[in-house]
Amino acid sequence: MSVSTSTGAGLTSGVGASVINTTALTKRYPRVTALDGLTMDIGPGVTGLVGANGAGKSTLIKILLGLAPATEGTARVLGHDSAAEGTAIREQVGYMPEHDCLPPDVSATEFVVHMGRMSGLPPTAARERTADTLRHVGLYEERYRPMGGYSTGMKQRVKLAQALVHDPRLVLLDEPTNGLDPAGRDDMLGLIRRIHTDFGISVLVTSHLLGELERTSDHIVVIDGGRLLRSQTTASFTEATASLAVEVTDSDTHPDGAAALRAALAGRGVEATPAPGQLLVVETADEAVYDTVRDAVAELGLGLVRMEQRRHRIAEVFQEAQP
Amino acid sequence: MTPPTAQDARIHNIGYRRYEGERLGAGYARLSLFVHSLRGGFGLGRSARSKVLPFGLFAIMCFPAVVMVAVAVMTGLDEMPIEYQGYGLAMQPILSLYIALAAPQMVSLDLRFRTIPLYFSRPMSPADYVRAKFAALSAAIFLFVAIPLTIAYAGGLLAELGFADQTSGYLRGLVAAAVLAVTHAGVALVVASRTPRRGFGVAAIIAVLTVPYFAVTAVQAIANEQGGSDAIGWLGLFSPTTLMDGLQSAFLGGTSGFPGEAGPSTGAGVGYLLVTVGLVALCHVLLVRRYRKAGL
Repeated sequence: MSVSTSTGAGLTSGVGASVINTTALTKRYPRVTALDGLTMDIGPGVTGLVGANGAGKSTLIKILLGLAPATEGTARVLGHDSAAEGTAIREQVGYMPEHDCLPPDVSATEFVVHMGRMSGLPPTAARERTADTLRHVGLYEERYRPMGGYSTGMKQRVKLAQALVHDPRLVLLDEPTNGLDPAGRDDMLGLIRRIHTDFGISVLVTSHLLGELERTSDHIVVIDGGRLLRSQTTASFTEATASLAVEVTDSDTHPDGAAALRAALAGRGVEATPAPGQLLVVETADEAVYDTVRDAVAELGLGLVRMEQRRHRIAEVFQEAQP
Repeated sequence: MTPPTAQDARIHNIGYRRYEGERLGAGYARLSLFVHSLRGGFGLGRSARSKVLPFGLFAIMCFPAVVMVAVAVMTGLDEMPIEYQGYGLAMQPILSLYIALAAPQMVSLDLRFRTIPLYFSRPMSPADYVRAKFAALSAAIFLFVAIPLTIAYAGGLLAELGFADQTSGYLRGLVAAAVLAVTHAGVALVVASRTPRRGFGVAAIIAVLTVPYFAVTAVQAIANEQGGSDAIGWLGLFSPTTLMDGLQSAFLGGTSGFPGEAGPSTGAGVGYLLVTVGLVALCHVLLVRRYRKAGL
């Protein structure tokens, strides 16, 4: 099962068709099998790697960076074999770990300069690229202060900056939205999108939430128990999973607004199911559904409280995929 | 905090720029890490507070050298009151304290703040990391001993002590300092790399450097009373400090601090050399093994 993205590669033209390619990749530890015959092909763009905790995401990243040998199978990153050419891979790849990794008593600038030099940048280039990169991730004056006093959002930005400072061709981001509040999460997802669209760097981003990656990624890979569950473009994924939650007010003519809307929608050939809290859930087969709902609500003279895309949890995808 | 300048405002309008310049690879990264760690060993590039102890200890370390020079100049001695080869050992308590502070500074912080994965996701290998840190701590300890020696040597020349004597003593002192630095760095790093807790590291290193020393010295004293002067030499193999002491008295013409100033015999001297080399090699192997597992 392999699907490659066909999204506009844009700035990454010149990069081969495959950024990450694994064949029957298996990793067994003495007690658990972390990856089990994983075969996939990931092209340029933003790829979301979704899986529950313990699905094998971190193990996969370790193997891709050439830091752990696979038990069986092969992995190629940017055309290099991860078992034999780990150094070549790590020169062109940036990695943002899930956990905290910042010493509190140095400033973001000093830290990112040091990490730039560790990636082989000469001293002047390391300083210039640090200033550029910190500005791109949205750290300004605070970059001169010790990192111990930073908020979680600022720390995540520094972690991202150190992964980008050497201008890699691919970045591996492990749970970059972990611990962020909703606004910070949106900022981070926007930034991840820009890494590809503005910087021309391919991204592999992991999360245990499918919903947040839907908006950001061109391509989604779902793994569970070390096996590939799904690999497809986000568009086809959204079709399969998106639904619309609608809440309307009641009026004098329609004491139960939700029920009235449900009947009206049924008349238009759109099926809606009631959900707790006076909500109606409408499956969004295509874009026209939004208009249908709007027109139906207007015709009934009801107030539209909200109409929002429902984010599917990863668990629901598993239920769908596993009959 | 500096207010934004006109130059900053101009830079803000530039989009993402690719890096087309050269990438210098693992060797350069290793050298950069060496310099960074060596500076860190003296608190440079860190907060003002972390400079106090290293430089305070360093000042104490230099003090006897300055006094020696003053005494030599004032009283017109014809040689230095302390041998160059034994200077580091004579200052052992201060030196141990410095090593106990510097080694955790170099490795425990990277473990505690989990910065290690950021190094290993770059071209650098665990072995590169270990070599850079090992070299940095060795260099820091060497400078810690060699600079006071240099002060004493310069003072000795100013006091017009014999040039040939002074130079040969100074050079042998530098060799002794280098050997002492490498062995102590190895031992201290092996201990420090086992714990992310800096306090534990400091205490454990002081224990490892001093407890065997007291034990060996006590047993040597007993052996001396029993009249076993041969045993005294062999016993010195069992602590880093007496190991260095025996080595410098066997090969560098110094006087040992063993009871009755009994240095090791020639046979034991070879043993000292082998144990020293073996100790350094063992520390290196243990460190590389420690970090091979410290991946992501």
